[in-house]
Amino acid sequence: MNSFEYASPRTIAGALEVLDNDSVILAGGTDLLSLMKEGLVAPKRVVNIKEIDELKGINVGEDGSVTIGALVTLEEVLESPDLAELCPSVVEAAAGVRSPQIQSVGTVAGDLCQRPRCWYYRNGFGLTAMKDGKSLARDGDNRYHAILGNDGAALFVNPSSLAPALIALDAKISIVGKSGSREVALADFFQTPSSDQEKEYKLEAGEILTAITIPSPAGKKVATYEIREKQALDWPLTAAAVAIEMNGDQVSAAKVVLGHVAPVPWVSAEAGAALAGKQVTAESAAAAGDAAVKSAKALSKNGFKIQLARVAVKRAVLRAAGMEV
Amino acid sequence: MPEYNWPEAEKRSRIGNRKTRLDGPVKVTGKAEYTYDVKLYGMLYAKMLTCPHAHAKIVSIDISQAEAMEGVKAIRMIQEPGAEIQWADDEIVAVAAETEDIARDALKAIKVEYEVLDHFVDDENKDAAPVVNPAQEEVTGDPDAAFANAAFVSEGFYGARVIAHACLESHGDVAVWDDDEHLTVFASTQAVSSLPGQFADGLGIPAANVRVICQHVGGGFGSKFSADRWGIECARLAKIAGRPVKLMLERDAEIHVAGGRPSSYAKIKTAADKDGNIVGWASESWGTGGPAGTGSPPVPYVWQIPNRRHQHSSIPTNIGPSRAWRAPNHPQACFLTMSALEDLAAKVGMDPLDFVLKNIALTGTRSQNYADELKIGADLIGWKHHWHPRGQAGDGPVKRGLGLALHTWGGRGHQSNCELVIHADSSVEIKLGSQDLGTGTRTVIALVVADTFGLTADDITVRIGDSRYPASGASGGSTTVGGVSSAARRASLVALEQLLGRIAPELEAKPEDLEVINSTIRVKGDHSKSLSWKEATALLGVSTITATGQHPGPGRLDDSGVAGIQMADVSVDTETGVVSINKMVAVQDCGLIIDLMTAESQVHGALIMGIAYSLAEERVMDPVTGTLLNGDMEFYKLPGIGDVGELVVHMMTGPGYDERGVIGLGEPPVVSPGAAISNAVANAIGVRVPYLPLTPDRVLEALGKGGAA
Ligand SMILES: Cc1cc2nc3c(=O)[nH]c(=O)nc-3n(C[C@H](O)[C@H](O)[C@H](O)COP(=O)(O)OP(=O)(O)OC[C@H]3O[C@@H](n4cnc5c(N)ncnc54)[C@H](O)[C@@H]3O)c2cc1C
Repeated sequence: MNSFEYASPRTIAGALEVLDNDSVILAGGTDLLSLMKEGLVAPKRVVNIKEIDELKGINVGEDGSVTIGALVTLEEVLESPDLAELCPSVVEAAAGVRSPQIQSVGTVAGDLCQRPRCWYYRNGFGLTAMKDGKSLARDGDNRYHAILGNDGAALFVNPSSLAPALIALDAKISIVGKSGSREVALADFFQTPSSDQEKEYKLEAGEILTAITIPSPAGKKVATYEIREKQALDWPLTAAAVAIEMNGDQVSAAKVVLGHVAPVPWVSAEAGAALAGKQVTAESAAAAGDAAVKSAKALSKNGFKIQLARVAVKRAVLRAAGMEV
Repeated sequence: MPEYNWPEAEKRSRIGNRKTRLDGPVKVTGKAEYTYDVKLYGMLYAKMLTCPHAHAKIVSIDISQAEAMEGVKAIRMIQEPGAEIQWADDEIVAVAAETEDIARDALKAIKVEYEVLDHFVDDENKDAAPVVNPAQEEVTGDPDAAFANAAFVSEGFYGARVIAHACLESHGDVAVWDDDEHLTVFASTQAVSSLPGQFADGLGIPAANVRVICQHVGGGFGSKFSADRWGIECARLAKIAGRPVKLMLERDAEIHVAGGRPSSYAKIKTAADKDGNIVGWASESWGTGGPAGTGSPPVPYVWQIPNRRHQHSSIPTNIGPSRAWRAPNHPQACFLTMSALEDLAAKVGMDPLDFVLKNIALTGTRSQNYADELKIGADLIGWKHHWHPRGQAGDGPVKRGLGLALHTWGGRGHQSNCELVIHADSSVEIKLGSQDLGTGTRTVIALVVADTFGLTADDITVRIGDSRYPASGASGGSTTVGGVSSAARRASLVALEQLLGRIAPELEAKPEDLEVINSTIRVKGDHSKSLSWKEATALLGVSTITATGQHPGPGRLDDSGVAGIQMADVSVDTETGVVSINKMVAVQDCGLIIDLMTAESQVHGALIMGIAYSLAEERVMDPVTGTLLNGDMEFYKLPGIGDVGELVVHMMTGPGYDERGVIGLGEPPVVSPGAAISNAVANAIGVRVPYLPLTPDRVLEALGKGGAA
């Protein structure tokens, strides 16, 4: 591991001062440290943000919106009565990170900013894993790779389990940098890189993700459904999060977001549209699942994930409506 | 000379009871020192530069920059330019440095130029293999006629992928030279007594000058019998640097080069007559265990089908070489055989339990044991209540099914020598160069001595894990318990005879009229004449008792050959392909059981390991680069406690079993899970998922819902 400087500022302003092009932000460190040990990230300076109180805490605003500080741990998400009541789908997603140790130190912002688990990336072949002009993942073993948004060079899947649940609830994130602060929809934060020169989310060097805000989720029916290969610590194979607004017994609007299926958390407008104006039934839920994978394309070894995505959406919809999956 | 035998059932005070592990407290408190924990004054850390290509020729190696780095204390070229490397992650250069980080940085500073050669890593597609080594076809009876006259013929393809040993404590050593000629090695090993010779061979020093120490091992499973090239290099680095050196494998190397179970694929055809009697078998198998390919799985496994034909092909591949994996070849052979036979039963339209019982005579000498065990297992899992014909698992996406399998193993005791001392202060110690792989070897040794002396296990000091103690065999092939308990029993009987001889005059009795019970030595029939163990040993004064014990030796204390059956109850989500274990039942014999709890734990561990290789474990090689993709504990998937379901173990004991003597138990219970679980899945969903592990992609593919597109 390269030698590096370590800074531990106590304020956001202090952090902005020490963050530069060659620095990285350290939160719980559950992903960053393994990236550094593998030599995938080699910063000159590590800026610990855990001492910054401004980044902590879960707050419910007068308008019913929920703000989750960047440093809120997954465990705090799991133990928050507010989140359990207002957005249980986020709590369900956090529960899917099935390691008490990771839950106790891993943070919400860290979960959103964790790097892909793609085995080509983690083995040092680069984010898009191109070798001699060819995609290793496309020609090689892609059983865990993308089935949606996979036309380009990037075939990894976004690893965040929280992102789909948050995006389904139209969450925004606050970002501060030297040149000021901005708020962006979490859905727009993620991007599909076209080469290793780009990253899978839009954060400029020196910027800090400070908080996640969920507009009042009141009245929305929400759920997250994960399909896992095993119960022990492991990322899901595929997951779906939904937020459904009802008008009487009909769906007035539905937002369906899939996780672990594309280089970004995948908002399925088709699945949402399939539900709009319908009652939630086994049939309409299944139709939403079918709609979600309409544009899916299997790589050589991941055709099964299309089926998983279909089922995850169906079951998330049913769960949101309080029906048996 | 004492009579060498095991005590009769009513005379056993410790043997056959339930005793918690002697080393349990040090393990759960973290006090137990594994090789990984050894930290010596001035110790350096070694790392190895490994080959990034699956097949390559080394053109040049330049270590000059690394050599010049501050903190680098020794470098060894393991390979020379010109060498042809046959698998990725093979070792090229080893570096010892003041810290792990410096050692890693030094590796980055080494420049190796390779000429990359073509590689082949996926043996499933035999037709694509550049080299196929077919073995002689084996034929018994008249398989052609059997198939021609059969009422039912079943055909199928089955395959178990390469898996790793995945020891939680990786392979490695700490080497320290006492002087130029004398070496001490802390090794993570299954073979304390045989390593000195191996290190001596590699280093050109007398075996008598090498001491090997290993108190606790974090998993071996058949992969830790050797000093290994990295062990020898560790010692060489230590010699060059003049300081202790620690070299433990990184996780990816552990998964790729320090252990692997060969794959096994087979096309199998089976035949039955109209009554469901198995009459014919024909199989063609292939598989790999690395550049040397792999030998044939012994199929049909256990079943002596009268008319059979088998042909195997060994496929050399550019993957890390295989090592003996717990019951070498048996799990694969059992999976192939029991899956094919269960498919035949389905063809015939019989409940596989009835089918197996009907044909049980074909299992040979242990057929009655199997039959008895199957009946017990059936009760424990509720077979007759829960079993249903294939495809009749009810509505709803989640289907439940039952499956069964049976297995065998030898398990005779290995060579073992021990020395036992009874001290005048009443304490007892026994020394042998054995090792406890986490199987309870220490506890078993203590119980044997305690039972013989009328003491408790906690009264006995067991010293193992040091090659300076009398040599005892390597722990492999389920040979340890038979070896160490027999040697310990013999030593204890000799020591007891000496003790009784010494104290008989004090009790005014003949030695043969004395008995030991509950820490007391008394005259048989006259309990007023007695001495406590403490009083008795105090009479020894300065001349303590020392006795030795050997195995093999006089008297019949061990045996070979066991039968076991297992049943699995699974649920399969047919929409997601996810398999979950509801319950596993294992019914197992192993002769005379020294400690019931230890034996049951062995079976529990085997079931968990079996569930792991059935549902999750697989070494994934990248077809493009030929490198290992899942050299970490994230993608090399091991289940956790929430994945294993309810485990029920029933040990066969009492008349018919006990008098056989002690038989090993490490291998047998890990043989059947793959077949039992695969059969349960077939029963649940109505079709065979041909592969282990039974991952969602493969289940969905078998169901025609995707899979590999
Ligand atoms: C065994 C295991 C299983 C897991 N399973 C799952 C799973 O199923 N689903 C899932 O979603 N996750 C899973 N994870 C990932 C886990 O949730 C993340 O590692 C964790 O949430 C990251 O949080 P952290 O605070 O430790 O981040 P760190 O490791 O400290 O940081 C991660 C990245 O985010 C950046 N970062 C952190 N905070 C900020 C900030 N405020 N602003 C800008 N950048 C920031 C860091 O620079 C770094 O690049 C698993 C992890 C492990 C080790």
